[in-house]
Amino acid sequence: MEIDVSRNILARNEALAAGNRVRLADKSVFALDVLASPGAGKTTTILATIAALRERYRIAVIEGDIASRVDAEKVKEHGIPAVQINTGGACHLEADMISRAFDALPLDDLDLVIIENVGNLVCPVEFDLGQGARIVILSVPEGDDKPLKYPGIFAVAEAVLLNKVDAAGFFDFDEAAFTDSVRRLNGSAPIFRMSAKTGEGVAEWAEWLADRIEAPKGV
Amino acid sequence: MHEMGVTQEVLAAVIEASAKAGATRINAVRLTVGELTALVPDSLMFAWECLTPGTPAEGAVLEITATPGRSLCLACGTEFDHDQFDRRCTACGGPQTEVIGGTELLVDNVDVDVPDDGTPGEE
Repeated sequence: MEIDVSRNILARNEALAAGNRVRLADKSVFALDVLASPGAGKTTTILATIAALRERYRIAVIEGDIASRVDAEKVKEHGIPAVQINTGGACHLEADMISRAFDALPLDDLDLVIIENVGNLVCPVEFDLGQGARIVILSVPEGDDKPLKYPGIFAVAEAVLLNKVDAAGFFDFDEAAFTDSVRRLNGSAPIFRMSAKTGEGVAEWAEWLADRIEAPKGV
Repeated sequence: MHEMGVTQEVLAAVIEASAKAGATRINAVRLTVGELTALVPDSLMFAWECLTPGTPAEGAVLEITATPGRSLCLACGTEFDHDQFDRRCTACGGPQTEVIGGTELLVDNVDVDVPDDGTPGEE
């Protein structure tokens, strides 16, 4: 006998993400989900973004890592509230973890929460967190072929940050090929050339983010 | 990469639905998995073999139907199938498209034995 189940396996996460979205809209807080591989410069980029926007916005950070507290500590050193989530082996953040992290943040006194997802170009794509926007950071040393190897993340990203362009002279990174393969997947995401270390290009990226924070307040 | 966790969720859904129906045995479990997900059918199969022994789903066959990526062109309105690597409109070449299929992960149905259900030998 056949029993109809018709169960969406991601439904639980999607429902929790929708709850997060409502909560953020209610508090007029914008959440940014930052995706990248380990070592792409997520934390450095987040710190550079904070430096560019902290005069205008009240910012907090949620740090997702399999283990350790080093990233949250780094952020706190800059006087920014930070919550560390240790996934204990899980390869991505899920909406319920974000909901609990929100409990630990003063949402009433915030405009922007930056979520640093677990360093991984595959799994986080599948799990909506309730964020207002998702971005991907790729660094020059990783190579221009990454959109060909990890298409999903480049397809869903609303902005692509090409980080470590100050190191371009040391690597054979073909920017035209990179842009072309991103465009096959994603017709709308702007690609920002930047270096979180030197500050090059950070202002342009930060302006884009500021526009997003201002635009759809409480949809 | 997270096939094991996903398979645990599938297993829980299957066991719940089967128990509700009073099933004595689970013969087959049918999933639809979109090709735009990061889920590899072989890995799901492997996870299923690892997780089901000792559960009511032990011995049940996992049948996976893959659905292709499908998008809507925001310029010309064409709906088209595509692979993971190129989502541009196949009709007009437009890059502004919206995914409408291929990201699903569904437990469709299960085939079970139910005592006295009056339909012996169906499977």
